[in-house]
Amino acid sequence: MPDPIIQMTNVNKWYGDFHALKDINFIVNEGDKIVVCGPSGSGKSTMIRTLNWLEAHQEGTIVVNGIEMHQKMKNVDEVRMDVGMVFQHFNLFPHMSVLENLMAGPMWVRGIKEDEARKTAMKFLERVRIPEQADKYPGQLSGGQQQRVAIARSLCMNPKVMLFDEPTSALDPEMVSEVLDTMIELAHDGMTMVCVTHEMGFAKAVADRVVFMDEGAIVEENDPISFFENPQHERSKNFLGQILQH
Amino acid sequence: MLFADTVVAEPAVHKPKIMAIMLLVGMIVFSFFGLNDTIFGEFMRPVIGEPTESGLFGNMAIGLVLSMLFTANIVLIGFLPFRYQVLLVWAELLLLFLSFFYSFGLNFEFIRSKIWFMISQGVFTTLYISAVSITLASMVAIVGAVAKLSTNGFAFAIASFYTSFFRGLPLLMQVYLIYLGLPQLGYVIDAVPAGILALTLCYGAYMTEIFRAGIQSINKGQWEASRSMGFGFALTMRRIILPQAMPLIIPPTGNQFIAMLKDSSLVSVIGVWELMFLARTLGNKDFRHMEMLITAAIIYWCLSMCLEVIQSRIERHYRTISH
Ligand SMILES: Nc1ncnc2c1ncn2[C@@H]1O[C@H](COP(=O)(O)OP(=O)(O)O)[C@@H](O)[C@H]1O
Ligand SMILES: [Mg+2]
Repeated sequence: MPDPIIQMTNVNKWYGDFHALKDINFIVNEGDKIVVCGPSGSGKSTMIRTLNWLEAHQEGTIVVNGIEMHQKMKNVDEVRMDVGMVFQHFNLFPHMSVLENLMAGPMWVRGIKEDEARKTAMKFLERVRIPEQADKYPGQLSGGQQQRVAIARSLCMNPKVMLFDEPTSALDPEMVSEVLDTMIELAHDGMTMVCVTHEMGFAKAVADRVVFMDEGAIVEENDPISFFENPQHERSKNFLGQILQH
Repeated sequence: MLFADTVVAEPAVHKPKIMAIMLLVGMIVFSFFGLNDTIFGEFMRPVIGEPTESGLFGNMAIGLVLSMLFTANIVLIGFLPFRYQVLLVWAELLLLFLSFFYSFGLNFEFIRSKIWFMISQGVFTTLYISAVSITLASMVAIVGAVAKLSTNGFAFAIASFYTSFFRGLPLLMQVYLIYLGLPQLGYVIDAVPAGILALTLCYGAYMTEIFRAGIQSINKGQWEASRSMGFGFALTMRRIILPQAMPLIIPPTGNQFIAMLKDSSLVSVIGVWELMFLARTLGNKDFRHMEMLITAAIIYWCLSMCLEVIQSRIERHYRTISH
């Protein structure tokens, strides 16, 4: 069995006095597709953001791609290059065209030549089905298109694992499916993914495991069928009850 | 532009009440000047008789006529579209202004004999000093802004001490301190570098705050997206944050440049041959101070207007690329 891509062991994190992550143990192997869900404020974003160390943890160990994340590390940027991240609010660079957004990473930190970076960028734009928007600016695109560009931007870096933090919650309802379709395709292509999302359809379609968090701790971790049909914990049941009411 | 109201009100100057008030106030003001013995008196001779003997009646009659002309002018301009209103009002104010200078009885021959030197020497030096200083000040400002936003105690302390000190002292004093103070330390400095240094440090301190505010206004998500792709701090700053902060930084920086253009006149005290220095010295010999000062004033104004135009061009450029 090869080493896992992500391994969190007894991770604790505090914001000041507030205990945001409590004894998190979490493993992601190559090819895994993991969905993280839980009520608002339960620490899902915090957890996913410690994986590329946008947030620092204080106790326990996080090993990503064979590199341990800690305060004195010199190569945090190397880890981040291999860990793609997609945000709720897209965070495209608004002063750059779509194509420039996609070419920036490969050219600036991977040292890839412009021609090749452009080819790669167009390849991924076609994959997310918006090659015709290449020369537009992010502000000219719809939310769904922007999120697909953001996914393509991450893919251009050729990441080993992709993190998604509620990629569809800022979208108008009719745009959710176009982004989910892109993510499902990505999953079928074998990408290793950790997705914070409440989209049960997505979880059922692709997830190997569903992780349920509450109050900073992982309460339940199970395969999607068992989790949705037969949740083990009171809090999971309550949570599922709430999101199913809609 | 402010929010344009969809309901268009009648222009204030077309309301009878306002017109009447304008007419009355105008008449009182113009009468008050006692214009009997001026060219206006001559024009009115058929009505008021011998101007110098017409007294209050003459003054008031002249006042009434001028006031009527004034009011009619304003009412007519009120009918024009925005663009022409602006042009016409500018032209009239300018004309008034020039006729004011004209009434000083200036010696234009004298001005003509000196103006070329003023422009070739004075304007050149002024622009040169200002341009070099604003460039250096921008660099100081970027470093200062980063230091002020950093969590490093030394950097923050030094940067805040610097901005506090150089914003707290009059620029004139800084010029003297650098020009006269540095030689005390055994380091003799020429007037021009001393001037540039003083302007750079002073404006760098103001612009540090402009840059800091610009950088801070960029959404945290931009930092996160950039850093999460493996871009380092410097790369993120240079390629992601600063380009987006530029549209916010440029208008106040343009203002600073215009202010600096005029503040560079302060370095004339240490004998730099810039515009102000020439304006004060060229007229000395012939007691023609007014001529030189007014010429220099107009040159400063023209330069500032050029900069304003350039500034608005640049602003528009940044507005269009960032949508
Ligand atoms: N920068 C921060 N400083 C202090 N508290 C924070 C910060 N970020 C998040 N928190 C707190 O940590 C908890 C978990 O937040 P988050 O991970 O964003 O939750 P979720 O993504 O599950 O909604 C929340 O109670 C939130 O208020
Ligand atoms: Mg969240």
